Amino acid sequence: MTSPAAPTSAPRVRPPASSLHRPRRRRRLPFSAWHLLLLPVAAVFLLPFVEMFLASVTPASDINRIPPGFWPSRFTVDGYARLFAESEVVRWLLNTVVVSAVAIASHLVLCSLAGYGFARLRFPGRELGFLGILATIMVPSQLLMIPTYVMFAKLGLVNDLGAAIVPWLASAFGIFLMRQFFLSLPAELEESGRIDGCSRLQVFWFVVLPLARPALATLAIFTLLGSWNDLVWPLVAINDEDAFTLQLGLTTFQGTRRTDWSLLMAGNVVATLPLVLLFLLAQKQFVATMASAGLKG
Amino acid sequence: MTTYENARRRSVRRRWTPGEALAGWGFVAPALLVVGGLTLFPAAWALVLSFRKWDGFSPQVGVGTQNYRDLLSDPAVLSAAWHTLLYTAMFVPASLLLGLLLATALNRRIRFIGFYRTAVFVPFVVSAAATGILTTYLFSPQFGLVNNVLRVLHLPQQGWLEDSGQALVVITLMSLWGQAAFTTVIYLAALQDVPHETVEAARIDGAGSLQVTWRVVWPQLRPVTTFVGVYLTLQALQLFDLVYATTRGGPLDATQTIVYLVWTTAFQKLQFGYGSAIAYGLFVLTLAVTVAVTVTQRRAARRTR
Repeated sequence: MTSPAAPTSAPRVRPPASSLHRPRRRRRLPFSAWHLLLLPVAAVFLLPFVEMFLASVTPASDINRIPPGFWPSRFTVDGYARLFAESEVVRWLLNTVVVSAVAIASHLVLCSLAGYGFARLRFPGRELGFLGILATIMVPSQLLMIPTYVMFAKLGLVNDLGAAIVPWLASAFGIFLMRQFFLSLPAELEESGRIDGCSRLQVFWFVVLPLARPALATLAIFTLLGSWNDLVWPLVAINDEDAFTLQLGLTTFQGTRRTDWSLLMAGNVVATLPLVLLFLLAQKQFVATMASAGLKG
Repeated sequence: MTTYENARRRSVRRRWTPGEALAGWGFVAPALLVVGGLTLFPAAWALVLSFRKWDGFSPQVGVGTQNYRDLLSDPAVLSAAWHTLLYTAMFVPASLLLGLLLATALNRRIRFIGFYRTAVFVPFVVSAAATGILTTYLFSPQFGLVNNVLRVLHLPQQGWLEDSGQALVVITLMSLWGQAAFTTVIYLAALQDVPHETVEAARIDGAGSLQVTWRVVWPQLRPVTTFVGVYLTLQALQLFDLVYATTRGGPLDATQTIVYLVWTTAFQKLQFGYGSAIAYGLFVLTLAVTVAVTVTQRRAARRTR
């Protein structure tokens, strides 16, 4: 990024390393022409987030101005104030947190138990059971929408937060993921636990699960992404505003408050921020999770 | 090897004790009940429903294959199928290409690479509902950023989501924004698996970087491409959330997809039987596409070998 006048072919002469100017330990990576491509790409990917945030703090009069501006004339938290005052957004947020928390806890317990059972225990019907699990991965979810709704309606579960939770208690993918992981663990560890007199459940709990942390983290992230962002099932199963999830609440805004963009975008920020922050904190695990979705799914 | 053989022999010789059987089922039964109860059972029920006429309240009427015969000539079904295929045909190749390009660009050791990767990956965690609302805002003909940029560049304004010819394209663009991370991660992992020695050897033999990419790297990526292609196709054929959160099927039904049609048929028109038949039609279509892609790719791979 030097000025164009600087000759690029000039020999690189390092200043003698004096005691004041020690050469830095870590060599700086060289500037590369790839930046010219990557910088605009990054801008395009981040721009929608910038717009989302800007819209949430732009006064309503600005948004409907013609021609529209690129930058708000002043910043306001009006959208957020209206969001919290006029809607049940706090309730929806809590509902979503409950759905995701139960989904993750239940997924971790049920899928790792079943995955371990299929990987390590011998019992009649094991192959058939596992084949059944694999078969369910092929069944598309929209096929299940109608009968599941009817089933839940008959059980009196519709319109209840429970309706949003039950389908997220366990998944074939989770069982499969955990089974693959347990198959890769050396069996000797478990055998030594058995010899020391542990029951199967104790071996599972004290020996196997602590080793399964990376797989459990992956499963937790999958379940979080899926349950937090789910729209179609809550849309089908929940009509009562008190049991709305955040995503469902947002889309109902759209119909009733189409013009109230600062409120809508404030809602969008509230729905998106938790996962984005979590992503920034646990980026490595998230990326590993995405990769395993493609490679093992 | 011998330990494995021994273990196998032992397992063949030994029979389960009732205790072991009980323990095994104890481990797998809870999850199996949930997954089976929420998948296999409803899938079978949907098949039964698809041969019936039912609004959820009145008694069910068996209509044989009438629902299936109806859907083959129903203009709503045909247009929904067309939009779904159109979206798939735009989204899948674009997603593969974008992922490959991004992975190539991100697969280097330069400064700020972590920042660039983060920028591409973050949209992946944003829900379709939020993406949809954001899309409606960005592509608003009156005050959206996209038209505003066009205005500054003195280019003609567009109708975007309000134009029946452009709405599906806008939805494709925003799906690409949200999903780019996925293909990129897969290709990044695959690129890092390409053996260095092979690339070096090709270089020494005088291959240019285009030749290396096309003749050495690309063949190595082929299996991953097939797999991700099938996966993305399955995803694309099930497009619903983003349509619901942007156009709700409009304008003039231009973004009506099959799953959207299943949803309106079942939960707005209360035609549970017909809705199930459409859903099964989609399932058959999905299976057909998966099998076709896998077979052609296998054949192509064999031919090159």
